[in-house]
Amino acid sequence: MAQSSAEQDRTNLKAKKFLVWLFIVSSFILFAGLTSGFIVYTAGNPNRGIKTLLPHVFIYSTAVIILSSVTMHMAYLSGKRLKFKQEKIYLILTMALGILFFILQLQAWKTFVDQGVYFINNNASQSFLYVFTGFHLVHIFAGLMMVLGALLGNIRNIAQVRNMFRLETTSIFWHFIDILWIYLYVFLLLNQ
Amino acid sequence: MSSTTMQHQHTLEHHGHHDDHGHHKETFITKYIFSQDHKMIAKQFLITGIIMALIGMFLSILFRIQLGWPDKTFPLLETFLGKWAEGGRIKPDFYLALVTIHGTIMVFFVLTTGLSGTFSNLLIPLQLGARDMASPFLNMLSYWLFFISSVIMISSFFVQSGPASAGWTIYPPLSALPKAISGSGTGMTLWLVSMVLFIASSLIGSLNYISTVLNMRTKGMDMWKMPLTIWAFFLTAVLGVLSFPVLVAGVVLLIFDRSFGTSFYLSDIVLSGQVLPNQGGSPILFQHLFWFLGHPEVYIIIMPALGITSEVIATNSRKPIFGYHAMVYSLIGIAVLSFIVWGHHMFVTGMNPFLGGVFMITTLIIAVPSAVKTFNYLATLWRGNIRFTPAMMFGIGLVSFFISGGLTGIFLGNAALDIPLHDTYFVVAHFHLVMGSAAIFGMLCGVYHWFPKMFGRMMDEKLGYLHFWVTFIGAYLVFFPMHFMGLDGVPRRYYAFTEFEFMKEWLTVNKFISWAAIVAGLGQIAFLWNFFYSIFYGKKASQNPWQSNTLEWTTPVEHLHGNWPGEIPTVYRWPYDYSKPGHYEDFIPQTTPFSETMSSNLPHDFEGNTEAERIQLEWEKEHVAERIN
Repeated sequence: MAQSSAEQDRTNLKAKKFLVWLFIVSSFILFAGLTSGFIVYTAGNPNRGIKTLLPHVFIYSTAVIILSSVTMHMAYLSGKRLKFKQEKIYLILTMALGILFFILQLQAWKTFVDQGVYFINNNASQSFLYVFTGFHLVHIFAGLMMVLGALLGNIRNIAQVRNMFRLETTSIFWHFIDILWIYLYVFLLLNQ
Repeated sequence: MSSTTMQHQHTLEHHGHHDDHGHHKETFITKYIFSQDHKMIAKQFLITGIIMALIGMFLSILFRIQLGWPDKTFPLLETFLGKWAEGGRIKPDFYLALVTIHGTIMVFFVLTTGLSGTFSNLLIPLQLGARDMASPFLNMLSYWLFFISSVIMISSFFVQSGPASAGWTIYPPLSALPKAISGSGTGMTLWLVSMVLFIASSLIGSLNYISTVLNMRTKGMDMWKMPLTIWAFFLTAVLGVLSFPVLVAGVVLLIFDRSFGTSFYLSDIVLSGQVLPNQGGSPILFQHLFWFLGHPEVYIIIMPALGITSEVIATNSRKPIFGYHAMVYSLIGIAVLSFIVWGHHMFVTGMNPFLGGVFMITTLIIAVPSAVKTFNYLATLWRGNIRFTPAMMFGIGLVSFFISGGLTGIFLGNAALDIPLHDTYFVVAHFHLVMGSAAIFGMLCGVYHWFPKMFGRMMDEKLGYLHFWVTFIGAYLVFFPMHFMGLDGVPRRYYAFTEFEFMKEWLTVNKFISWAAIVAGLGQIAFLWNFFYSIFYGKKASQNPWQSNTLEWTTPVEHLHGNWPGEIPTVYRWPYDYSKPGHYEDFIPQTTPFSETMSSNLPHDFEGNTEAERIQLEWEKEHVAERIN
C-alpha cells in the first residue's frame, strides 16, 4: 500500500512541478504583454520614450541576481547529494542576495526620482520603468517566499522527496525571475 | 549511504501516515464547503454559476423593460430599485450599469467559470482516470477566489454611486476617470477588484487543468484516446493561461491611471470644464491589451461547449464522432487563430487599413475550422440512431445557434462592412447567438447529460423538453429581429433610442423582443425546479444511464474520494466505439480490451501491432471454419 501510494505521490509531485512551469509561462505572458504595451505606446509618438539613462545600480543588481541564481543552484545540488547543512547555507545566501536585489531596485527608483523620472508622468514610457521593475519585484517577493519555504523544509527535516520537490520548484522559479530581470534589463537598454 | 536509508524510511513512514489521513471522517465543512474533491468543487462552481446566470438574466429583463416600454412607468420597479427607478422608470445611469454588469456576469462568471469550472473539474479527472486534480488545494482556492469575486461584483449594486457602467469592455477614459459618470466611481473600483480576483481564480484553475491533462492520464490513455471534451477543456485552459495575464497588464495600468494619476491611457481631457493634467496617454493601448485577451476569451467560452456537445451528440447518435482528428485539429486551429484576430474589434479606431486587412483575413480564416466542426456535427447526426434526450436536444440547439450566429460573423469580420455595422444591434445579435446562446446551450447540454454523474439521480425528461423548446424558440425570437435593427443602424447600449426619428419604428420590435425575453426567462423556472428537485427526489440513476463509453461511467454512482474504489481502470480504445459492426451491443466502453471484442475488431484498431493483427486473423479463420461446420 505504502509503495503504491508513494508511486502516486511521485506522479502527483510531477504534476505539481509542472504547475510551476505553467505559472512561469503565464507570468512570462504578463511581461510580454507589458513590454509589447510599451512598444506600442512608445512607437505612437516621437515625444514618448524612456529619454533618460538607466542608473548604474541596475548593473549591480543584475550581478547580484545572477550570483543568487548560482547559490540557488548550489543549494539544489547539495540537497540532491543529501548535504543538508550546505543546502541550508546556500539557501540563506540566496535569500540574502534576493533581499539585497530588492533593496538595490528600490535604490534605482530613488535614482529615477532624483533624475526627475517620476511614476506619475505625462510620458508614460517613463511610468513603464516603474511598472516593469515593480511587477518584477512582486515576483522576487514570491520567489523569496518560496526560498523561505524550502529553508523551513530543510530546518524541519521533511522527507527527501518533498525537500527535493521544494528545492526544484524554488530553483526553477528563481532562475526564471533571474532570466526575467535580464530580459527586462536588456529590453530597457535597447530602448534607452 | 546510511542517510539515504534513513531518508527512505522517513518517506515510507510519512506515506503510512498519509494513508491514515485519508480515512479520517470528513466533517460537513471539509465535505461541502472547503472541499478539495474535484466533484464537489464542480458542483460548487455549477450552483454558483447558475445563481450568477439568474442574476445576469434578471438584469437583462430589467433593461428589456426599459427598451420595450420606454414611456411607461412601472411603480413596482421603484419599490424594488428605489432611486435607480424613480417614478417607476429605470434611470439612464442605471440602464448603463445594467448592460455592463449583465455582460460582465454572463461572459466571465457564467460562461467562463460556470462552464469551464464545472465541467473541467468534473470531467478531467473522471474521463482521464485520475484520482483528483494535480493540486486539489489550488482547485479549492480557485473556487473560493471565484466566489469572493462574485460577491464583490454583486456588492457593487449596493454602493451609492452604483455599479460600473462603462460597458463590459471598460474602455478608458470613461472607466479611468472616477468623476466621468457615477458608474465610474466606487462601482468601477469594485469591478476592477472583482476582476483581478476572478482572473487569479481562472488562471489557477487553468494551470491545474493543463497539468492534470498532461500528467495524470491513466494507463493506456494517450492524447489521441482522450474524449473530445477533454481536448476542448485542455485547449481552453491553454488559451486562458496565454491570454488572461495580458488582461492583468491592461487592468493594472488602468488601476494606476484611476488611482495614482499616471497617464497610460489618458490624454487631452476636459472634465466638467476643467483641463486634466494627464497628457500623452493612449486609450487605444488599452483596447489592444483588452482585446488580446478579449478575443481568445470568446473561444474560452465556446470551446468547452463544443467539446461537451461533441461527446453528447456522438453518444446519443449512437455513432462515432465524425472526423475525430479533424475535430481536434480544428479546435487547435481555432485556439491558435484566436490570438491573431483581436484587431477586428478595433476596425474603427483609426487603425491602419493595411493592418485592418490583415486582421480581416485572419478573422475570416477562423470560419474554416468552425465550419469543419459544424459539418462534423451534422455528419455525426446523419443516419444515426438518434435518441432525443434533453441533453441531445440542447446539443443540437448549440449546433443551430453556432451556424446562425457564425454566419453573421463572416459579415462582421469584414473591415469595410464593419464600419456601418459596428456597435449596432447586428453585433449584439451576432455574439448573443454564436457565443451567448450557443455556449449556454452547451452548458445546459452538459448539465442534463452529466447530472446523473454529479448527483446520482436523473432529471425529469418532460420538464427538460419544455425547458428546451421555450428557451430555444425564445432565444431566436429575442436575437433574430436584432439583425434587422442593426442593419437599419440602431446602435446598441442606447437608453432612449425613441428620441431619434428613424429608430422610432423599431419600438414595436423592441416590445416583441422584450416579451420573448420575459417568456424565455420564465421558461428557466422549469429548469430550476427540475434541477433542484431532482437533486433530492429525482429517479435514482444507474451506473451508465446513457450507455456511454467514457471512463466516468465506470465509477460507482456513490461518490468516493479518489473516484474508483480499487485500481484505476486501464484504457484500451478510443471513446467513440458506438454501433461498431459485429459487436453485440451498440457501445464498447474504453476499458474493454480488444481481446474481448474479437468479432468487431478492425485492422486499423491495432495501430500497426502485427502480433495483434496475426491473432485477430487466426481468430477470424477459426470463426469462418466454425461457421462452415
